[in-house]
Amino acid sequence: MKWLRENLFGSWPSALATLAILWLAWMLVPPLVQWALVDAVWSAPDSRPCRAAGAGACWALIAEKHRFILFGTYPYEQHWRPGLGILVLFALYVASAMRRFWRARLALAWLGGLALIGWLMWGGVAGLSYVENERWGGLMLTLLLATFGIAFAFPISILLALGRRSRLPVVRALSVLWIELVRGVPLISLLFMASVMLPLFLPEGVSIDKLLRALIAMIVFAAAYLAEVVRGGLQAIPHGQEEAADALGLPYWRKTLFVILPQALRIAIPPLVNTFIAFFKDTSLVVIIGLFDLLTSIKVALGEPAWSGFGVEAYIFASLVYFAFCFAMSRYSQNLERDLERSRTHVLREN
Amino acid sequence: MRARAAAVQLALVAAVLFVFWYFASNTAQNLEARKIASGFAFLSREAGFEIGEAPFLAYGAADSYARAILVGLINTFRVALVGIVLATVLGTLLGLARLSRNWLLAKLAAGYVELARNVPLLVQLFFIYAVITENFPGPRDALSPLPGVFLSNRGIAFPLLAPHAAYAWIGAALAAGAVLAWLLARWARRRQALTGQPFPVLSAGAALVLGLPLAVFLAAGAPLALDRPALQGFNFAGGAILTPEFATLLGGLTLYTAAFIAEIVRAGVQAVDRGQFEAAYSLGLPRRSTMRLVILPQALRVIIPPLTSQYLNLTKNSSLAVAIGYPDLVSIANTTMNQTGQAIEGIAIIMAVYLTISLSISALMNWYNRRIALKGARA
Repeated sequence: MKWLRENLFGSWPSALATLAILWLAWMLVPPLVQWALVDAVWSAPDSRPCRAAGAGACWALIAEKHRFILFGTYPYEQHWRPGLGILVLFALYVASAMRRFWRARLALAWLGGLALIGWLMWGGVAGLSYVENERWGGLMLTLLLATFGIAFAFPISILLALGRRSRLPVVRALSVLWIELVRGVPLISLLFMASVMLPLFLPEGVSIDKLLRALIAMIVFAAAYLAEVVRGGLQAIPHGQEEAADALGLPYWRKTLFVILPQALRIAIPPLVNTFIAFFKDTSLVVIIGLFDLLTSIKVALGEPAWSGFGVEAYIFASLVYFAFCFAMSRYSQNLERDLERSRTHVLREN
Repeated sequence: MRARAAAVQLALVAAVLFVFWYFASNTAQNLEARKIASGFAFLSREAGFEIGEAPFLAYGAADSYARAILVGLINTFRVALVGIVLATVLGTLLGLARLSRNWLLAKLAAGYVELARNVPLLVQLFFIYAVITENFPGPRDALSPLPGVFLSNRGIAFPLLAPHAAYAWIGAALAAGAVLAWLLARWARRRQALTGQPFPVLSAGAALVLGLPLAVFLAAGAPLALDRPALQGFNFAGGAILTPEFATLLGGLTLYTAAFIAEIVRAGVQAVDRGQFEAAYSLGLPRRSTMRLVILPQALRVIIPPLTSQYLNLTKNSSLAVAIGYPDLVSIANTTMNQTGQAIEGIAIIMAVYLTISLSISALMNWYNRRIALKGARA
């Protein structure tokens, strides 16, 4: 009772707000539950039951098309391959999230895991039939774009961040140019550039496929944003660290690799994870250049006349999938931030 | 050491130049093979496509590509400016709601912020567009939540003040009031610095800014005639009509960016130390002056830089218009590229526009940051 009085009816405006919210909930929640759960059509071979009078949400669309949404146009009887690939990716994500696996061996695990996924997806050797990457799609493609994008963009971003702080004017100018140019334009213009301009840049007869071109644009884009986060970490390192390394006579690269970067990256982990989240959301933009990611496969499923008109259900499902990934990452980053903060103050107190 | 640094930089410049030369020569060959003339001459050719909405600048299919792109640019600014205003208002309210002592309100705002931040904007846009075009009724049985406002699958129609000659004068009075209030504030500040006598600048300034237009409004006989939308054939006419595309983009950009602004506002208010309130009170400053002179300036110092970058994000995100068919700069440039094959020029135009916006805003920000930076603090 005391809690209620203090937190819901603390003052007149507060009491009014509480009543208004309760009234809205009373008006909105029951019809929403009715639509989304009670009257919903959970499975049906086609959309006829969904179109019947009084029918609620048409989740049958998701149930019917779930394989397509997960794997796109990958050959149907081979779906276990991207399925297994998704599991491998998840195992890698979980292992990378645990701090006791933060060893050099983790990088090896990633190399091995990605090679395994490449073999599963492409096949062509050791008994698996070859599947060209035009047929990759769905959630698997979204995860691959995000994972490979970060995997390549991250090392580049470290170089860019170091370059921006370099004493060599040319290196500095080129890094600033890359970072500011990319951050100044929308991602969609880079994707257009990759899809229509990049083919013009290459000599006749040489062509890069669409997936790789989009991936290049995403990497160029992510590297610029990550570089600014890394630079933030570099700036947070006390000047004394660098001076101490100089006093020990360490040359630039050893100083950077063994003294500066380990500390800077540790500080930068929470904002880095936030940038990963933004990048994961941004992968959805490839729908505009016609790459077959999660969002595209949902759009294509809706494009069939049999299932058209259920966009609300389809995009609620898409939102839930993206939300699950992003929310997990953001919670993880918050916890990590708290842990790192605690261990740092702990160290300070011991000194 | 010096020599090595010079050698490294020279090699880097050479490599970059080589890559550029390689791309340029390939491009020249490819364009020649495809018989595409490079250059911006195509801009004066006839565009030949219609644009769904072209406010402020009359446009028809017979007009040039340059004019079509200008229409796109106006559309980009239109949605971005309105979006920035709405997102700021909604974001500030949400941020303050998160700090509310009312548990229900705070949790509701927090839930909304989490939801909006963790779903891609593009998915939100598709969702809103599906709601409007698939689930709203046709114009004949449009929903009317307020008198004169109609929601239908053709967009949102609402009444507008009918044009009247006095409105231009009211605008002029508003500008004059603002200038006078600014002069008054300068004079009052100088007088307070010299003599210590305060002057009620805020209320006097408000009276000037609001009073002058109001006087003109009343002198003109208070013209308040409304131009109401009415069903005409298959759609509404009169009043103002937001097309489904514009309404979707504006709604999506506002709802998405507001969630980010809410977090910025919350962090800004929380960044002000409690001791600042207590110190101001113990000096005998009244509550309003405490907020205006002590708390807000400090909160704004934290809020404004990330807020500006959210405004830039909103402007860049308005390019997602191309996915739902709102004719912004990017989607018109895209149509132009598809029709003429001038991909390089089209992308150059898009990038030049956005870079101009971004770089001028960041220059402004840097200037502002230097102005408000704590004196003596290391940047």
